[in-house]
This record gives sequence, C-alpha cells and structure tokens, in this order.
Amino acid sequence: MQKSANVVIIGGGITGCATAYELAVRGVKDIVVIEKQYLSSGATGRCGAGVRQQWGTETNAILARDSVKRFEGMNEELEYDRDIEFKQGGYLMVSYTQNEWNQYKKNVAVQHSLGIPTKMITPQEAQEIVPHLNINGLIGATFCQSDGHANPFHVVDAYYKAASRLGVKFETYTSVTGITREKGKVTSVQTSKGDIAASMVINACGYAAGTICKMVGFELPLYPQRHQALVTEPVEPCQGPMVISLHHRLYCQQTPHGSFIMGVGDPNEPKDFNINSSWEFLEDVARQATTVLPLLKNLRVVRQWSGLYDMSPDANPILDEVPDAKGMWVAAGFSGHGFMVAPQTAVLLVQKILGQNCFMPIERFGLERFSGGELLLESAVV
Amino acid sequence: MQTKETIVCRCEDITLEEIKSLIDQGYRTIDEIKRVIRAGMGPCQGRTCRMLIAQELAKYYGIPVGEVLMPTFRPTVRPVKLGTFAGGE
Ligand SMILES: Cc1cc2nc3c(=O)[nH]c(=O)nc-3n(C[C@H](O)[C@H](O)[C@H](O)COP(=O)(O)OP(=O)(O)OC[C@H]3O[C@@H](n4cnc5c(N)ncnc54)[C@H](O)[C@@H]3O)c2cc1C
Repeated sequence: MQKSANVVIIGGGITGCATAYELAVRGVKDIVVIEKQYLSSGATGRCGAGVRQQWGTETNAILARDSVKRFEGMNEELEYDRDIEFKQGGYLMVSYTQNEWNQYKKNVAVQHSLGIPTKMITPQEAQEIVPHLNINGLIGATFCQSDGHANPFHVVDAYYKAASRLGVKFETYTSVTGITREKGKVTSVQTSKGDIAASMVINACGYAAGTICKMVGFELPLYPQRHQALVTEPVEPCQGPMVISLHHRLYCQQTPHGSFIMGVGDPNEPKDFNINSSWEFLEDVARQATTVLPLLKNLRVVRQWSGLYDMSPDANPILDEVPDAKGMWVAAGFSGHGFMVAPQTAVLLVQKILGQNCFMPIERFGLERFSGGELLLESAVV
Repeated sequence: MQTKETIVCRCEDITLEEIKSLIDQGYRTIDEIKRVIRAGMGPCQGRTCRMLIAQELAKYYGIPVGEVLMPTFRPTVRPVKLGTFAGGE
C-alpha cells in the first residue's frame, strides 16, 4: 500500500465514496479511501435507500432537495455503466393523529418556503395514490412526487467507478487502527496494512465515526442504534410511493424489482453496536405494516437484516473539523437519512475544505451547536 | 461449459458469464457479487448459487472453497407471510 497521500478518506459507504469523487473532480490528486470490509458494507448497503425532501428542518430539506437533482442526472454525470435505479414514485406521509398532523403542516410550510412541491391531501386522495392504504382514522397525508428511492449498491458503485477513473485509490479489507497528530495537526493514519502519511483525513465512518474521533482524543456526540428491515418476494407493481407513518414508526416501499422493503423504528432500541436480526422485529413490523397497508399480509418475507443509524443529538448531520486535530474532518451523524443527502453533503464538505464558496452555510452543521449553540431538532425521523 | 447459458442463480436468472465477469472486474466476495447483481437474493436465499459462486471465486483466487467468505445467514429460513407474523393466520 502507498506510504503517503494528500487525502485519506476513512469509510467506503456513500459518504466516503461521494466525497472522494467530489474532491477528485475538483482536481485534488492522490486520494485514498480506506474501507474495513467492502464498499457499501456499512449502513449504506443496509438502508431503505429512500430519498425524500419532506423534512421539518431547513437544513435537512435543502440537502435532500438539492441531492434529488443530483440523483436525477447521476447515471449521466458519473457515466455509470449500470443504472442507479432512481425512481421518483413519491413519498406519501400519512397522519393518524392530530398532533402529528399539526407538525406535518409546519413541516410543509418549511418545504414550500424552499420550493419543495409537497401537497397536503385528504384521506380519499391518499387512497387514490395508494389503493391498499388503510384510511380508517386517517386525518390527512402529505405527498411529494419527486421523492423516491435508488439502489444504494449501484449509487456507491457509480461513485467508486467515477472516482477510480479520476485516479482515486480504494483500499478495501483494510482497517484504520490509529491516527497520529503533531502540534494539533493530523500527520498520519495507521492501518492494518501499514501507515499512510497525510495531513488531511476525512472521517466518513458512519456509526464508527466516534471510534475514529477517539483516536485523536475527541468525544463525538454520536451514538449507534440498530435499525432492522425486511424484504418480501417480488410481486407485480402496485405501490408507487414510499409510505411513511411516523405514528406507526413505519416506512414501506415497493422496489422497481417488485419486492417490498419495510422497517420500523424501535423506541426501546439500546444505544450499541448490535446488528443481529431479531424475531420481535418481524412481529412488530408485520403488525404495523398490515395495519397501514392490509393487503401486504399475503406477501412472503424472504429476508431480514439490520444496520446501524449514526445518531446525532438533533438528527442533523455533523460536518466539521475536529477541534485540536487540524486536518481531520467529520462527515457523520446522518441519523437514518444519510443516503439521500450524501450527494450534497459531499459537495458542501469539499467546498469548505477547498476554501470555495459553500452553496449553503456549513456552520449550521458545526459541532458548536452541541456546546451551547442552537440545535436543529428534526421531528420527521422514522 | 457454455457460460452464457449456464444459470447460476435460478431465482434471479443470473448466468455463469455474468458472475465470471464481475470476478474479473475485481468483486472479491459472494457478498459483493450479491449486492451488485442480486445473485442469492431471491426466494431461495442462495441455497444453490452460494456454493457455485464460492467455487468460481475459489478457482479464480486459487484458494480452497472453505476459505471463501460466506455471507451472513439471516431469518427467514423459508418465505413466510407477513400476515402470519402479524398473528392473523
Ligand atoms: C435499516 C436502515 C434503513 C435506512 N433507510 C434509509 C433511507 O431510506 N434513506 C436514507 O437516506 N438513509 C437511510 N438509512 C441511513 C443510511 O444508511 C446512512 O445514513 C448512510 O448510509 C450513511 O452512509 P455513510 O457512508 O456515512 O456510512 P456507512 O455506509 O456506514 O459507511 C461507513 C463505512 O466505514 C467503514 N469503517 C468503519 N470503521 C472503519 C475503520 N476503522 N477503518 C476503515 N473503515 C471503517 C465501515 O465498514 C463502513 O463501510 C438507513 C439505515 C438503516 C440501518
């Protein structure tokens, strides 16, 4: 393996791969991405891959809105030889409680102020969009047609191939084990395959970003949390949008391949690195899904899995330089929606690092908000 | 063997040729191959193709089949209806 690099990126998920590409495409040379396993082996390859602009905080909404534009043209931009399978079937966010409905109204106001074309619709209109939706007790729904989902493996593969063509090196099955600093500046990265001298390190380790920060003695306010998902056998297309019911903690979509992917958030999930699949999850998700979408009871489950959310205290990303470790940047804390914002979080971080004009104020994602600054508190997380 | 016509993954219709071409491109484990072309993601969850892909990887890298990294086995073992888990049937 090489002995030195301009930039070392740790983590081969969508954040690391997109960041590598955005640096390389701006002319930065000698970049290496270090990945413990294979690309997409972390949260990225385990995610629902939904892309929605219907957020309650401006920060999440802007990142998602602008990332949608990028997903729309990604096959061409990255000259990808497969298809990232970006399908804009919309997101239907259904509301069964008054409190939640009031929050949705506030969220939609934020979205409209940013030009996101979300519609507030009646239960009947919602049922026209998803005929098998249970509208018993439904108060209303919000719908945005340009939301959708993509294939996470292919998106990462596309960034990987485009970055490789620009000269970026990828070292898979290689773990970062330590980071050396001198006089408050990063100087080198230790890996299972040797040391690499570098003055810039980007920590894109998702759930493990805290572990990496500890290597320079910094306590990142981030905790891992298991989230499980399942997939059914494929059937004829019958559901256009992703359906989200925050009240039922449920998200559920039909992929272009025909299978349904769904998950529920578990409010009692402990803060740890466990990623075993549980039987309780199967019962829980089956109950919630067949309540909201009764027709699904006939579908057969073929596989379940789990992955880790990298939770930040306010469910907004952390994009900042680590204090007392100059040259080390963190891009983590994506709190269960890092896939959909990755194209633009990568751009924002790279603009900042290269001293270019940032398309939105990156300070909003800074670490200072956790020590007395203003938190961004996002309400619309499953 | 006719690699174009030999189906390795019957659930997802993946041929030996497609598998070999991915291995040539540098995809190194069953998990990586599965994620790019869905081999082993169908209703049988890789019962047949897992071993066939392992053989191809073993041949390519000149290692025993036992040393090829196996994907994680996860529930469900056999496809079960959602309604059954929900307690309806
Ligand atoms: C069940 C589930 C459903 C989700 N659904 C959605 C969704 O619908 N939409 C959405 O936008 N997001 C969703 N997410 C969240 C999304 O998956 C993540 O926010 C996103 O993938 C984060 O990408 P990342 O590249 O930052 O992290 P990761 O993909 O986790 O990548 C980090 C990488 O770092 C590597 N690594 C760790 N430690 C080391 C080390 N010491 N040395 C080298 N490498 C190391 C890991 O192996 C890993 O590959 C979901 C997550 C889960 C678990």
